[in-house]
Amino acid sequence: MTKKQRKVLIRILLSAALLAGMMLADRLAALPGPVRLGGYLVPYFIIGYDILRKALLGIRNRQVFDENFLMAVATVGALILGEYSEGVFVMLFYQVGELFQSYAVGKSRKSIAALMDIRPDYANLEENGQVVRVDPEEVVPGTLILVRPGEKIPLDGVVEEGSGSLDTSALTGESLPRQVEPGREVISGCINLDGVLRIRTTREFGESTVSKILDLVENSSMKKARTENFITHFARYYTPAVCYCALALAILPPLLWGNWGEWVQRALIFLVVSCPCALVISIPLTFFGGIGGASRAGILVKGSNYLEALSKADTVVFDKTGTLTQGKFQVAQVCPVSGQEEARLLEWAALAEHYSSHPIAKSLQAAWSGDPDPARVAQVEELAGLGVTALVDGTPIALGNRRLMEQVGALCPPEAGEEPGTRIHLAAEGVYQGSILISDLPKATSAAAIAALKKAGIRQTVMLTGDSPAAAAAVAGQLGLDEYRAQLLPAQKVEEVEALLARKPAGKTLVFVGDGINDAPVLSRADVGIAMGALGSDAAIEAADVVLMDDDPAKVALAVGICRRCMTIVWENILFALGVKGAVLIAAALGLSNMWLAIFADVGVMVLAVLNATRMLGAGKAGRT
Amino acid sequence: MKKTYKIEVDCANCANKMEQAACKTPGVAAATVGFMAQKMTVTFEEGADPAAVMAQVVKNCKVVEDDCVIYL
Repeated sequence: MTKKQRKVLIRILLSAALLAGMMLADRLAALPGPVRLGGYLVPYFIIGYDILRKALLGIRNRQVFDENFLMAVATVGALILGEYSEGVFVMLFYQVGELFQSYAVGKSRKSIAALMDIRPDYANLEENGQVVRVDPEEVVPGTLILVRPGEKIPLDGVVEEGSGSLDTSALTGESLPRQVEPGREVISGCINLDGVLRIRTTREFGESTVSKILDLVENSSMKKARTENFITHFARYYTPAVCYCALALAILPPLLWGNWGEWVQRALIFLVVSCPCALVISIPLTFFGGIGGASRAGILVKGSNYLEALSKADTVVFDKTGTLTQGKFQVAQVCPVSGQEEARLLEWAALAEHYSSHPIAKSLQAAWSGDPDPARVAQVEELAGLGVTALVDGTPIALGNRRLMEQVGALCPPEAGEEPGTRIHLAAEGVYQGSILISDLPKATSAAAIAALKKAGIRQTVMLTGDSPAAAAAVAGQLGLDEYRAQLLPAQKVEEVEALLARKPAGKTLVFVGDGINDAPVLSRADVGIAMGALGSDAAIEAADVVLMDDDPAKVALAVGICRRCMTIVWENILFALGVKGAVLIAAALGLSNMWLAIFADVGVMVLAVLNATRMLGAGKAGRT
Repeated sequence: MKKTYKIEVDCANCANKMEQAACKTPGVAAATVGFMAQKMTVTFEEGADPAAVMAQVVKNCKVVEDDCVIYL
């Protein structure tokens, strides 16, 4: 609690005690009029002096629809009508509500700040064998810094010396540590768990990942959602409208029927209910909690408007390579002829390709578990457009496509139609030995991610790719995607997204998920562009509306879930606050309401709406949606 | 030109009123107040002097909410 809040709390307690004492005295003895009034005025001024002061300022500045002014009119009115205790109570509860609101807001701010506690405080420099702590902002790119176990990496850089594991959970929400070794790029904000690292910085602090993320999260609440603007707009008309109604209620009926006191009292109830606080505070608070909760899960939403748009997702379009698939070639299948072993086939292939750095060769080398001995390979000849021939352990091996097999006289089995990848054939001493299928495999979580989106009510999932139709069909079928478009050039991806945008139902949104590297035009064309694997990629952070810190497609469904929950709470609050206020207003006009109900409609509703909004702060914790 | 200022304001509705007041100030093309972020972003009109415009923004904000602070 801040000093300001504590002061208000003391005033509340003091005036509540005085009020209770006064009410008791009032009940026990028949006090003379001036004593009664004086007795109630003491707690009234203790609790309300600042409101009254601001109300006077409001009059001077001609701000008649200022909350303080309205509260002052309502309570002074009640006092004049002889409803002493009600008058003091309204003021007291108004202050309790304000205190609660300010406490809750401060608490949320703090919890988000703690969540984003990734800002490094210092960097270690080594000077003449001495370690010096400096401000990360002072470190220029290319400096060698020292990061000891338990310390945060202060700046982006490349490991020069040392190895160990990094805790990236504050950035990605991923609890599994990441291994690093010399030559690996590391990003600021990660915590070094073990091992001493010497890192050559590549960026200055302002450009480092940690600064960018903090900037993004801190400013995200500045981009307001449509709902938020609607409420702001609504509040602008709500308060004056209710006040004019109150004025009409206080004057018109008594002119016809008399009984001024009764109608003025009803009008005062209107004034108490006229404050739009509950609505106005709970909406940004909910969005703030939603954005904060999402960033805890490694999902950075760049604004409340995107959060709102994502909650209305209807179509999710994925890029294939690097998004749904791992983006690298892997051995998917080894098919030796009968009598031949898989391991043998792989060994030959890996050794024959030993000197090549082609992605396919790399995938073959990675698939073979043996130790490559260059001495076993001789006479390597790369044949452009065909493959490679070599002597492995003295055996002539041919590795490549069908045409190469024909050239060496090996008999290939008939083609199986278009395949989801590249098939490499192998012949030894001119005899066909089998084939190896190499393709870009889906990520482990892709299928579950698509299923989760379906379950969340996403109408269609579409995959766009520049790959062959066969490769696309294989992945789409395996993952359960509704549609796919293959052999697209980058420009055609934009056209496809535009066609899908034209077809989606009104009021719904289209989400595009890519890796952010070369799909910036599509990311910006979609209603919501999500870039994944953004750790260290500036382009992705720039282009996207939502940034996933790691490259797990399952986070897309999690993001949609968090956004939906956030919007549910927003609408709950809007409907609840308007409903209660509306009901109390109608009841007051009909003479069925009293000051107590009005206080509930003002302060009670605000407290409940704020409590409801703070539920959002827990979002994203341990994968909850 | 766009500039962001740190602000202090206690109630959300007051923040909205400050936003309106800032928007109406001559020389301001657009203004956004983030209550949760306690920040004000002002986009100035072409050729406007930010210092002079901001002095007026502070004045206008004080009229709608006496308790607000804008750190220039």
